[in-house]
Amino acid sequence: MTPALRVSDLSYSYPDGYAALSGVDLKIETGQRVALLGPNGAGKTTLALQLNGVKEPDSGTVTGGNLALAEATIGEIRRRVGLVFQDANDQLFMPTVGEDVAFGPANLDLKGDELHARVAEALLAVGATELEHRAPHHLSGGERRRVAIAGVLAMRPDMLVLDEPSSGLDPAGRRELISLLQGLPITQIVITHDLPLALELCDRTIIMDAGQLVAEGLTAEILQDSELLHQHRLELPFGFDPSVIHSKP
Amino acid sequence: MGTGHAHALFLHEHSKIHYLAPEAKLAAGFLFVVAAAITPREAVWAFLLYLAALIALIRIAKLRFSFLAARLTVIIPFILFAVFLPFVSSGERIEVLGIGISLEGAWAAWNVFAKASIGASVSIVLAATTELPDLIRGMERLRVPAVMTAIAGFMIRYLELIADELGRMRVAMTARGYDPRWIWQAKPIAASAGAMFIRSYERGERVYDAMLSRGYQGSMPDLGHKRASHSDWRTAITLPLLGIIISVVALRIS
Repeated sequence: MTPALRVSDLSYSYPDGYAALSGVDLKIETGQRVALLGPNGAGKTTLALQLNGVKEPDSGTVTGGNLALAEATIGEIRRRVGLVFQDANDQLFMPTVGEDVAFGPANLDLKGDELHARVAEALLAVGATELEHRAPHHLSGGERRRVAIAGVLAMRPDMLVLDEPSSGLDPAGRRELISLLQGLPITQIVITHDLPLALELCDRTIIMDAGQLVAEGLTAEILQDSELLHQHRLELPFGFDPSVIHSKP
Repeated sequence: MGTGHAHALFLHEHSKIHYLAPEAKLAAGFLFVVAAAITPREAVWAFLLYLAALIALIRIAKLRFSFLAARLTVIIPFILFAVFLPFVSSGERIEVLGIGISLEGAWAAWNVFAKASIGASVSIVLAATTELPDLIRGMERLRVPAVMTAIAGFMIRYLELIADELGRMRVAMTARGYDPRWIWQAKPIAASAGAMFIRSYERGERVYDAMLSRGYQGSMPDLGHKRASHSDWRTAITLPLLGIIISVVALRIS
């Protein structure tokens, strides 16, 4: 089966010369949920922005399904690979929730009833139907996050890339988010500092540091390697023992 | 559209004016103000008719006069300026309560007062009966360039967010003992304005990235909102039509 996403030898430097990514190779199988861990400044967000062509790499390739990212395919790749940004306020830029969710599909030239059905479907998927007419500024953190996810789901993507989805959420909001992501039958890359969330959601984990992938394996195994975690400024919460928890029944 | 929350100038009501399509309201309001603005100032009767039309409009929109009066205070600076005109202008002088004032200046003051009040009242009714996103949409329909409506839309969306950030910076300063009273203590404020600018610029970049990643291709997509119907236009046109008739008659007479 074709992997949902393949990244080969990807490098990217910021205009000031800082090398954010150097030689990243990555393969995500269809239907998998993969955690991407790493310290601040490791290049996780930069990598996410490469995955649907928002930032253009210096070298290397990104392939979504069977389609290589190029000038001609960028629209389709952006539909296939949905990015959920770290700060939902960056992503919810339209005056109302409904219009924001409609933004993506409208860019895909959906109109009228079809467009409205798509918005309703996406809001229903995240349990936010009643928020359609609200202004994003007046939503709670958890609601904002769910609506941001709806805005991406409305494009019917093949995979989601979520940048620190649980940051800033209260425990109940975090729980709702985990249930939501568990219920979405779609490939996911979850960038996070929340190691228990990684364990609960993702079978596989990748650790990134200084612009490179440094480790990859089963989440349960990686989280028990305290030496590895320590090397990359990662730490399990106090009292948390991944060996007694199974990520999947 | 838009229930529950609205902007500060909006007054939630169910009136004929509230339900009119925004582009019809905008066009009607604009034309009415233009008609009033070109009316010769000596035609006092015309301004009384405008006032009557405005009162009718406010009644139909189910707005309270006290609400309107409170909002009208925004024109006070202009009125203050106008108050001086009769005293400082040259020309034929008349005596009022033993004080010599310029007739030309008095007319000029009246002109500023009458037209500013009409313009402001129409804007207040428009803002009180139309939600901000609808106003922007109305402007789009009236062929205001998309770049301008997009900028206005983003400004409204992020204004509160930036105000919040500014508030937090202010709290952070106060928490560390900053209590500005004099102009020479303003340096941290200026520095925070700089920081604010950088933060907003960076947010702008992130928002743009978010737009790109959902397929933005340089113009805002058509979300297929309801457009003004013929009956909307017919209703809305009443006000400017009245205004134009009054203004034309006034121009003829003078």
